[in-house]
Amino acid sequence: MADLAFAPTPEKRPDLSQPQHAYVRMVRQKRVYGANLLGGFLLLLATGFHVAETRNAGDFLSGLPMLGAFPSEVLSEGWANRANVPGLALHFIPSLIETLNIAAVSTLLGGICAALLALLSTRGLAPFPRLIPVFRRTMDALRALPDVVIALVLIYVLGGGPIPAVMAIAIHTSGALGKLFSEAAENADLKPVEGLASTGARWGQRIWLGILPQVAPNWASYLLMRFEINVRVSAILGFVGQGGIGADMKVAMQWGQGKYDEVVAIFLILFFTIVVIDRSSDWLRTRLTKGAHHG
Amino acid sequence: MLHVQNVTRRFGAKSAVDQASFSVSGSAFVGVIGRSGAGKSTLLRMMNRLTDATAGEIVFEGRNILALQGADKRAWQSQCAMIFQQFNLVPRMDVASNVLHGILNRRSTLATMFNVWPEADILRALTILDRLGIAEQAPLRAEALSGGQQQRVAIARALMQDPKIILADEPIASLDPMNAQVVMDTLRRIHDEDGRMVIANLHTLDTARRYCDRVIGMRDGRIVFDGTPDQLTTSVARDIYGADDSFNESATSTAIPADTAYAETMLA
Ligand SMILES: Nc1ncnc2c1ncn2[C@@H]1O[C@H](COP(=O)(O)OP(=O)(O)O)[C@@H](O)[C@H]1O
Ligand SMILES: [Mg+2]
Repeated sequence: MADLAFAPTPEKRPDLSQPQHAYVRMVRQKRVYGANLLGGFLLLLATGFHVAETRNAGDFLSGLPMLGAFPSEVLSEGWANRANVPGLALHFIPSLIETLNIAAVSTLLGGICAALLALLSTRGLAPFPRLIPVFRRTMDALRALPDVVIALVLIYVLGGGPIPAVMAIAIHTSGALGKLFSEAAENADLKPVEGLASTGARWGQRIWLGILPQVAPNWASYLLMRFEINVRVSAILGFVGQGGIGADMKVAMQWGQGKYDEVVAIFLILFFTIVVIDRSSDWLRTRLTKGAHHG
Repeated sequence: MLHVQNVTRRFGAKSAVDQASFSVSGSAFVGVIGRSGAGKSTLLRMMNRLTDATAGEIVFEGRNILALQGADKRAWQSQCAMIFQQFNLVPRMDVASNVLHGILNRRSTLATMFNVWPEADILRALTILDRLGIAEQAPLRAEALSGGQQQRVAIARALMQDPKIILADEPIASLDPMNAQVVMDTLRRIHDEDGRMVIANLHTLDTARRYCDRVIGMRDGRIVFDGTPDQLTTSVARDIYGADDSFNESATSTAIPADTAYAETMLA
C-alpha cells in the first residue's frame, strides 16, 4: 500500500471513503473472527463451570464465602498471640534452612545433569551426533514428569526425608534446564571450537574453553531462575512428607486452633525468604546478561 | 612426504572435492587457488581431519592419516596446524592463553579446566609472540586486537603446535591490504626460517604468484592446474577461474601495495 502513495499517477491512490477498500474489509473480518472466538470461549467457560458445579461434593457458590473463613481464623489467632510470632519464626529457621538446602543441592545436581544433557543434544557440539534425538527425548521425558509426582513415588520407595526430595527436584530440573541450556548453546559461535579442534584438543577441552565462556552468563541466569522455582517446590514437598518448612506448616495447620500463630510465623519467614531470593536473583541475572553484552 | 591420492568428498550428490591427487615433498610453500566453491576449504579441512573424506587416502610419512581415529586423529591434528579466515581464536581469553591452546593435545582436560600451564610453555608462547611482533599484546583479550594482529595470534598458536605442516584457509581474505601483507610475509618467513611445509588457500592470483613455490588450481572440486607460478599465465588462470574473455586479473587481486616499509617495521 505504501508504494501507491508515491506512484507517479495520483489517480491510482486508494479512495479512503470507499467502505469496500481492502483494509476496511480486513478489519471487519478480524472483528467478526474476534467476536466468534469470544463467544466460543464464554460458551466453554459456562459449560465447564456447569460440569464442575454438578460434580462437586458441596455447592461451589455457597462454599465461596468460606474461602475467607480459614485465613481470617488464622490471622485473628495469630494477631491475638502476636507476641509469640518472632520467637516462633526463629524456632523455624532450621527447617527453613533445610528447605533452602534441598532446593540448592537439587538445583546444582539438576544443573550439572542438564549441562551434560544439553551438550550431548546440541548439534555441532554433541560427541555422538546420532544419539542427539535420544538425549532430546530423555530431556522431554524428565521435564514432563512433575516433581511432586516423582517425589510421591520416591517416598513410597525410599521413605521420607530430604534425599527423595532432592532426587525428585533434580530429575525435573535436569529436563527443564537441559532444554534451556541447549537452546543457549545452539546460539554459541562455533569458530573457537573449530579452532581448538584443529589443534587436536579433546571434547572436554573444546567445550570448556570454546563454549562455556560463551554460555556461562545465560546458563547462570537460568540456574538462578530454577533455584527460585525450586525453593517453592521444596517448601511444597514438605506437605507430602519430605521435611523442611513445608512439613512444619502442615503439622501446624492440621493441629488446628491453638497453633495458628505458628502458621503465621512460618508463612512470614517463607514469604520474606522468597521475596529476598527473587529480588537478589533478579539483580544478579540482569548483571550477568548485561555483562555479556559488554563482552 | 605428503601424498594426496584420489581424495573425494561428497555433500549429498555434489562432489566438493573430486578425485584430488598431488604430492608435496620437502618443505614447499604451496598455494591453492580457485574461485569460491571450488573445494579449497574442504580439501584443507580433510587434511586437518575437521571434515571426513568420502574416499581416497592422504599419506604422510607412510601413514594414511584419513584412517586415524580418536587419540591418533587428535595427535595428527596437533602436527598439522590450521589457520582460518576468521582466525577462530577464543575471543574472551587473553592472547598468551590462545597461543598456549596450541599444546592442548598433550595437556589433560583437568589441567585445562584450571588453566595451569608449565612455565617453560608459557615462556615459549611469549617467545613466539615476540617473534611475530605482538609480545606486548600477550595479556590482552584476543577480541581487543585488530584483524591482522588476531591472525598473527593464530599463526603463533600454530607455531606453538610445532607442526610438520601448516594449513592456511584464506588467511588474508578478511584483512586490509597492509595487514594481508604482514600476515603473508609472516607465513613465508616461517616457511623459510623453520623449513615447515605451508599449504595456503588463496583467493587471489597475485598473492599466489608472489608468495608460492608451487600453485595448485581447483575448479568444481577437481585439480585443473599444478605448476610453478611462472606457468600460471593469464589464459591458464582464466581456465581455473572459469571466466570468459573479459576476465581481468585485477578482479582476483588484493592489491598488496608496493610499499613494504610498514610491513618491514611490523616484522622487525
Ligand atoms: N558442510 C557442507 N555441507 C554441504 N555442502 C558443503 C559443505 N561444505 C562445503 N560445501 C560445498 O562444497 C563446495 C566446496 O566448498 P568449499 O570447499 O568451501 O569451497 P571454497 O573453499 O573453494 O570456496 C561448495 O559448493 C559448498 O557449497
Ligand atoms: Mg573456502
